[in-house]
Amino acid sequence: MAQAGMLSSPRGAAVRAGLSRGWIETRQSLTNVGDLIWYVMFPLIYAGVLFMMRGSTVPGTDFALGAMVLPSIVGMSIAFGGLVGPSSVLAVEREDGTLLRAKATPNGMLGYLVGKIVNIALTTAFSLVVLVIPGWGVRDQLRVDEPRAWLLIVAIFVLGLIATVPIGAALGSLLTSSAQTGLLMLGSSAMIAVSGIFYPITALPGWLQWVGQALPFYWLGLGARSALLPPEMVAAEIGESWRTVEMVGVLGVWAVAGLVLAPILLRRMAQRESGSDVAERREKVMTRGY
Amino acid sequence: MSSPENVTILEGQASPKGDGAHTVIEVRDLQMRYGTKDVLRGVSFTARRGEVLALLGPNGAGKTTTIEILEGFRMRSAGEVSVLGTDPAHGDEAWRARLGVVLQSWRDHGRWRVRELLSHLGRYYEPYSTPERARPWDVDELLRVVGLTEHADKKINTLSGGQRRRLDVAIGIVGRPELIFLDEPTAGFDPHARREFHELVHRLSDFESATILLTTHDLAEAEKLADRILVLADHHIIADGSADELGRQMATATEVRWTQGGDRHVHAVAEGDATEFVRSLLASDDGAVSELEVRHGTLEDTYMALVHRIETGQGDPGSGGPAGVPGAVVATEESE
Repeated sequence: MAQAGMLSSPRGAAVRAGLSRGWIETRQSLTNVGDLIWYVMFPLIYAGVLFMMRGSTVPGTDFALGAMVLPSIVGMSIAFGGLVGPSSVLAVEREDGTLLRAKATPNGMLGYLVGKIVNIALTTAFSLVVLVIPGWGVRDQLRVDEPRAWLLIVAIFVLGLIATVPIGAALGSLLTSSAQTGLLMLGSSAMIAVSGIFYPITALPGWLQWVGQALPFYWLGLGARSALLPPEMVAAEIGESWRTVEMVGVLGVWAVAGLVLAPILLRRMAQRESGSDVAERREKVMTRGY
Repeated sequence: MSSPENVTILEGQASPKGDGAHTVIEVRDLQMRYGTKDVLRGVSFTARRGEVLALLGPNGAGKTTTIEILEGFRMRSAGEVSVLGTDPAHGDEAWRARLGVVLQSWRDHGRWRVRELLSHLGRYYEPYSTPERARPWDVDELLRVVGLTEHADKKINTLSGGQRRRLDVAIGIVGRPELIFLDEPTAGFDPHARREFHELVHRLSDFESATILLTTHDLAEAEKLADRILVLADHHIIADGSADELGRQMATATEVRWTQGGDRHVHAVAEGDATEFVRSLLASDDGAVSELEVRHGTLEDTYMALVHRIETGQGDPGSGGPAGVPGAVVATEESE
């Protein structure tokens, strides 16, 4: 391997195969109606929110409430895609044998994980792009003409995925059936509720604020607000600060925790994966009928 | 497939690479226990290069468990296992690249197209290509070999059960493996697909000199494909040999039928050779015997007799220990 170099090494080949795998699966996903509905869910919710909040302004200002919510939804979409995406996919693909297939292929697990990361990044980016449609009407209120805003959004996107995808994968490897992905949805909704996405976190009781501030949803929302909202809107935040350093710190802790846990849990899960397990789970799915 | 005579099989130590390039699988006293439940209790057998082995046995006998241990997907409780010169529990990716795996019940990659998936999975094998064995298999040729050329651009979830199974086989061999594990490969095949699959297995073993270990419930298939048949029952290998050898060892009844004086006669020769009976029949018949038919016990008869004996607790009470001797071994003593 040493003389052949990384690109022609077996692992290099698997990484390249994984990159194309991610792209192929993204293409399949974006031409699948069921998946598309999933990706436009948040943009649709935002359209609904905009409709209900029409005419309302942030108290004490003439800033549209609808414009205030948009960056929070950007942050939420990143966290949601990063947490729920990999965990639900892992649960499903363990059940249908995709993971076992990867395991039966030389360096197949590496290619599989690279493919998943690419796929999750691309589909999450896609739902952010779709947000532009309902958000078009409030663009004048946001700092979309500043390169700084876009740089920050890209940075938050990357940091957000690093902080959430490994944890999502770790969670997914703990699930024992695809039916349990419902729990993830429920858990995410609860996290979103305490993360100051649709209304300010400062309106929550003190202890819930602490819970919210432990979660990536809050910090990604805050980060996106710092990128897109006018500077004076900082007054509505805790401590009247965008707390960028704290954001990087908390997301960094999540990233480190995920990067430590995910390989251990994924390896454990992969080791246990065998044909009879797949057959057994399939049997269960058949008998329960979903 | 020509292997030299007198290869000492079970004497060899689990040597890495230095296994004379002939022994591909070596299993000695393999044990598998889940909690307090014994699944395998002293399984021993070997496979030589280019050999086709069929592993038969009742449901729940541990066939799949055995294969999964050999594939490195399941950790054994005890015993020695060497696959392509490596302990599967510690097999690395280069080792994995030399194996082909076809398991039961795949239903993955439903959204992919047939050709797309085969060329994708082939990419992982490219770095393991050698001058003697170019990897992966050319996708178009592979599609032709498994009879999926006309379905190459179909989505996998639109394939019929038999087509899907053929794709599983294609994926299993895309890396041009030296050793192929096939767990019930022909489940859901129609007779035509089954025959084509049998030709493929012959091709793989003859031209690719691949060693093949397959499980099946179709005894005619095992008889047709396998150089050697292993019967796994009661947690160990109860028989190991060619279909003929097993039949002879089990002394399954041979049936002689003939017509004499307008009547149809049937005589079962329970033990040994039926020739003696036929000779005396013909010598004493004054030319009246016609439509003479001698029917050997089929593998099915042999198998049923073997499994019946185990299940009714006759024979080999030890039910432990390896078969011990290469070649045809029926590890139970005839009780009558």
